[in-house]
Amino acid sequence: MAELKKEQGPVDATPNVSEVETVDAVTEAEAVAAIDAPVSQGEPILQVRNLVKHFPLTQGILFKKQIGAVKAVDGISFDLYAGETLGIVGESGCGKSTVAKLLMTLERATAGEVFYKGQDITKLSGRALKAVRRNIQMVFQDPYTSLNPRMTVGDIIGEPFDIHPEVAPKGDRRRRVQELLDVVGLNPEYINRYPHQFSGGQRQRIGIARGLALNPEIIICDEPVSALDVSVQAQVINLMEKLQDEFNLSYVFIAHDLSIVRHISDRVGVMYLGKMAEIGTDTQIYDHPTHPYTQALLSAVPVPDPSAREGRERIILTGDVPSPANPPSGCRFRTRCWKAEERCATEEPLLAIPERFVSAATPAAHESACHFAEEKDVVHAA
Amino acid sequence: MLLEVRDLYVEFHTREGVAKAVNGVNYSVAEGETLAVLGESGSGKSVTAQAVMGILDMPPGKIAGGEILFKDQDLLKLKADERRKIRGQEMAMIFQDALSSLNPVLTVGQQLAEMFVVHRGMSRKDAKAKAVELMDRVRIPAAKERVNQYPHQFSGGMRQRIMIAMAMALEPSLIIADEPTTALDVTVQAQVMDLLAELQRELNMGLILITHDLGVVADVADKIAVMYAGRIVETAPVHEIYKAPAHPYTKGLLQSIPRLDQKGRELYAIKGLPPNLTRIPPGCAFNPRCPMAQDVCRSDVPPLYEVDEQRRSACHFWKETLDAR
Ligand SMILES: Nc1ncnc2c1ncn2[C@@H]1O[C@H](COP(=O)(O)OP(=O)(O)OP(=O)(O)O)[C@@H](O)[C@H]1O
Ligand SMILES: Nc1ncnc2c1ncn2[C@@H]1O[C@H](COP(=O)(O)OP(=O)(O)O)[C@@H](O)[C@H]1O
Ligand code: SF4
Ligand code: SF4
Ligand SMILES: [Mg+2]
Ligand SMILES: [Mg+2]
Repeated sequence: MAELKKEQGPVDATPNVSEVETVDAVTEAEAVAAIDAPVSQGEPILQVRNLVKHFPLTQGILFKKQIGAVKAVDGISFDLYAGETLGIVGESGCGKSTVAKLLMTLERATAGEVFYKGQDITKLSGRALKAVRRNIQMVFQDPYTSLNPRMTVGDIIGEPFDIHPEVAPKGDRRRRVQELLDVVGLNPEYINRYPHQFSGGQRQRIGIARGLALNPEIIICDEPVSALDVSVQAQVINLMEKLQDEFNLSYVFIAHDLSIVRHISDRVGVMYLGKMAEIGTDTQIYDHPTHPYTQALLSAVPVPDPSAREGRERIILTGDVPSPANPPSGCRFRTRCWKAEERCATEEPLLAIPERFVSAATPAAHESACHFAEEKDVVHAA
Repeated sequence: MLLEVRDLYVEFHTREGVAKAVNGVNYSVAEGETLAVLGESGSGKSVTAQAVMGILDMPPGKIAGGEILFKDQDLLKLKADERRKIRGQEMAMIFQDALSSLNPVLTVGQQLAEMFVVHRGMSRKDAKAKAVELMDRVRIPAAKERVNQYPHQFSGGMRQRIMIAMAMALEPSLIIADEPTTALDVTVQAQVMDLLAELQRELNMGLILITHDLGVVADVADKIAVMYAGRIVETAPVHEIYKAPAHPYTKGLLQSIPRLDQKGRELYAIKGLPPNLTRIPPGCAFNPRCPMAQDVCRSDVPPLYEVDEQRRSACHFWKETLDAR
């Protein structure tokens, strides 16, 4: 962890997307063995390649005819390293939750791969898929609706054991659940209470305890603190950071609050209309963004501290996000981009380190999907 | 002073007991001024605003004391029809959830035009032209065509701009915006706040902006009132409060937000939770969570001390809080 959390030096020009070392597992047993094998810190644990999810748009009631598709996720690649937190940001509807569901195998990918320790989880089934599902858990946004109101806290946290009894044998469950309550800072005596007897922050802790029950390696967090008040939000974020160190977890942290994402993430990916616009370390993205969309997004964040606001450039975007059913040709951001030129309408910019920065020793040398990528500081006081 | 709320008390009679939602709120707004009311959910921001607008649910709600002076007359002493007239023409409110505050079965044009027909006695045709003009003014593209569309056909940001258009229509002297951008993305939030601030300047209105986002406050407000458990615990000009909070709760809030421009250390977290409003702790309501609490805080309710001419703090130890930066 210490290695990863350190600020990456300016000479970091390694492409983010690494070679995938696939494991040729012939039998299910081999696949399960590969999935349960340990990964060392800083090695890629999840490798997402050209992931696509289209939701069909249909017309007619009796004879459903497909008239198009919502391109919720439209070709995304990134790596998640063991022990790190990868933040994912972007406006509402850009596909963040859909990515989360694909990683959780809750949705079927339209195309592309998700390699978990070399196994493509989009193609797994049976025991191997079950092993993956044990190792990748999720924490949801809404602590009010994501917990079943008729189940006790003990049943909610222990429910994953019904599907994976090997993790906690029947006689041991109560003790294990109480241990989990303690880990997330709740009184173990609360085991028989119901969700409505808890506050929002406490419910989010229950959700986290449930996510931890099966000793997963990866936790996908979809807006885990968005519904919480500021003072409680800080409590939950601190807890998540502590648990990450304690249990060696890797997080995918989805949120729309850019300050929180910076706080918790080692690397950050910025999504726009189903694509990754830019990805890099927290310093690369926040202090040296090169994609106009990232710059606009960051510049729109209102900053409370007056001394941190002086002379900050604000970029106010005009217009709304286009529909993902009918995204613009070429660069998807071009309808709102102040730098757009003809080329942007005809040629899609690929996510790569911009050529002019490739061999330069600069933090601008990180992946950005723009023909005219250039650095612009929008978060620091002038 | 355009609006002055004095020592306002509001209670709700619930099965659990009497919830003291507002416990002696004092704030004021002048023409052309923006007051931001900041506080966590349940602190009484909306209930205070509803009392000012005269749209409180009564029962279960009850105004248990205080005065609401609008242009020097106490709104709480007015007859229902006089009150309604002021609410229609001189004050307007913008809500967080634009979709549920617009009528889904009428076009936005019909809803905008209605205001001019009812309050200004305009003909339908003139009123519709006014509606298009207003939509233009809040920067809805192709207003002439879109005036005939229904609320669900607009994006969240556009709907909020239509709400702003409705609120502005009769050029009121006071607007209360209750979390107007909370449901919007930052990029859209910036557009909407910009628009609101611009129109406010143009019409020289008083604006009460209710929010829980400290960043939004800093951008547009002149002064800020921080609420906790139904009370204003600190008021100050916006810039002062960031430099040196005079109340431990404000201070805790400021410390618990992460920064955009640098990677911080572990976040400061205020321990515990806000109180249940049917059982507010005696003395200072913040005392169970306060790192500076002393015995006196558990017995004596702190008055709103005068820190300087423009600042007030409801803390027995405001001096120590200021000094302990
Ligand atoms: N089951 C579905 N059927 C059809 N369209 C869908 C479905 N799920 C999501 N979409 C669409 O896919 C796009 C991406 O949705 P997604 O929920 O991933 O967005 P998001 O980035 O998580 O947004 P938010 O910030 O609002 O949570 C949206 O246009 C959404 O309407
Ligand atoms: N109609 C109502 N009936 C009962 N309690 C209410 C009602 N409206 C608000 N309250 C209570 O009053 C308190 C303050 O609410 P509110 O002003 O909405 O808070 P906020 O600061 O989040 O806007 C809360 O405890 C809330 O539950
Ligand atoms: S490729 Fe063109 S339209 Fe897209 S972000 Fe870059 S400059 Fe803007
Ligand atoms: S009065 Fe006492 S408990 Fe209340 S904020 Fe001040 S120091 Fe804390
Ligand atoms: Mg989502
Ligand atoms: Mg409210």
